[in-house]
Amino acid sequence: MTDLPAEVWRALGTVLDPELDEPITDLEFVESCTVSPSGDVSVGLRLPTFFCAPNFSFLMVADAYDAVSAVPGVTHAAVTLADHAHADEINGGVAAHSGFVGSFEGEASAELDELRHTFLSKAALAGQDRLARPFVDEGMGPDELAGLTLSEVPDSMELRRLRDRRAAIGLPYGDEAPLLIHGDGSRVTAAQVPLHLRRARLQRVGIETNGEYCKSLLKVRYPERSGSAARA
Amino acid sequence: MYEKDGEKYFVVDSHSHFWDASKENWVEGKEQFAKGWIDCFYGYHQLGPPETHWDWEHYLKVSPEDFERDMFVEGHVDYAIFQSTYLKEWYKDGFNTVDQNGALLEKWGDRLIVNGRFDPRDGDAGLKQLEADVAKYKHKGVKLYTAEWNGDSRGYKLTDPEAYRFLQAAQDLGIKNVHVHKGPTIWPLDKDAFDVADVDHAATDFQGLNFIVEHVGLPRIEDFCFMAVQEPNVYAGLSVVVGGLMHARPKFFAKVMGELLFWVGEDKMLFGGDYNIWVPKWQVEGLVDWQMPDDDQFADYPRLTTASKKKILGLNAAKLYDIPVPAELQLPTTAGDAEAPGEDLVEDRAGAQA
Repeated sequence: MTDLPAEVWRALGTVLDPELDEPITDLEFVESCTVSPSGDVSVGLRLPTFFCAPNFSFLMVADAYDAVSAVPGVTHAAVTLADHAHADEINGGVAAHSGFVGSFEGEASAELDELRHTFLSKAALAGQDRLARPFVDEGMGPDELAGLTLSEVPDSMELRRLRDRRAAIGLPYGDEAPLLIHGDGSRVTAAQVPLHLRRARLQRVGIETNGEYCKSLLKVRYPERSGSAARA
Repeated sequence: MYEKDGEKYFVVDSHSHFWDASKENWVEGKEQFAKGWIDCFYGYHQLGPPETHWDWEHYLKVSPEDFERDMFVEGHVDYAIFQSTYLKEWYKDGFNTVDQNGALLEKWGDRLIVNGRFDPRDGDAGLKQLEADVAKYKHKGVKLYTAEWNGDSRGYKLTDPEAYRFLQAAQDLGIKNVHVHKGPTIWPLDKDAFDVADVDHAATDFQGLNFIVEHVGLPRIEDFCFMAVQEPNVYAGLSVVVGGLMHARPKFFAKVMGELLFWVGEDKMLFGGDYNIWVPKWQVEGLVDWQMPDDDQFADYPRLTTASKKKILGLNAAKLYDIPVPAELQLPTTAGDAEAPGEDLVEDRAGAQA
């Protein structure tokens, strides 16, 4: 006997806010999640502001729908976004499977793959800072840092995350892949290491600061519900 | 002027508003957007210290007397630069128009600078209006809100041919400073609307203009820094950075300040208090008291000295806007000079770390 609600929640945990590179479950964007005995799932999402960018909002609703629908035992899924300037277009579009362009007729000209790609690249750069930082703190110099491969980095959630992000956008992610690479996948030379690490850290600060803003604003917007378990 | 521990700080608030979000001003049928907009701001408001929070009704519209007290009497502000934000799609008389701001000029004309605005989608009529505004208010700056809705359009880019026409006209009319809001949304919806690449191109093509990127492109601070480091006429507008992070997320405030000090430099950073999202008092006092934390993770960020605080709080903006600064409060700054902060960084010649 599988625990369907737990499976559904796990599926929602694979859905990322593409901008923040964090699961929507950790971000407390899942306001409600109910699962009926017959496998009928209803998920309610909420975001930090009324004007959160519609493209990212759409991706989260659509990804949540796809993730939940794919869980064995789910017979019907509905995902709706509340309190948002574009809630009607997004909810209607996702339910009708009409894609982003179809949901915003006349206002959007391309699906969001490129946008997703851009943010996975950013996440993959920020991840290099997270993984390289301990080596830097131990005093490792540019020559050694440039030569580090993923097999030499201790296994961690962060390392698995980096491999996933790289795999998704076609960057080298195997054991022999260098830890420090440019956006095109090429190796960072020893001379380039200091500036590359500066950029990676800036990227990480950018993403994480953005996340802190969103968390602060979500808490202000939903004070009474913040921290409460959305799991049914 | 703010004085602390024997040091005197000349304060220019380079990004402030005087808005009307009262219910009477909401466009019929668009109430949810008018309310959604100000609610969004009110969310940011609550990221300030609790004792500075206002109730929602007061937040919708403040009086000229409130403004005077909050800015000049209690807020330590010597000069304030008003930015206009129209949003006429949702607010009947506009959210924060040149005319609304202009009314305050009559009373505090010696301490207020009212910036204009334009919208390239307004075409020839918009150009005429810009000329008339410059003639009337002697604008030295404009605020551009590239994400603003206009009819069916949900925004524009500075690189649009129409935008170039307006930038050229602005430069010809003697405008020096272009504040660009890089904030939420939206059109084309599928593109990343925080993208600052359009500022990069415009800054290269209009060397006679300074581009102040408000909110430092948050949430794309990395794109902003990579761009600003190469462009001598691009500045970091600290609006929302101080107000939104210094109290609510001090550790991240330190990191963002550290990155900006490294990439952009203290001569290219401008304080903006964002009245009336927040009042300036706690922001000015907090910034003067602020120090980079003594923790290892901040060890290689540049330090903020008393001199750098003076530049950021007022002297940089004073130079861009030709604001007279009393002799005893002055310090040299390279703000306004044609030198890029860190050209050598992008050439891979510097940036030593670790």
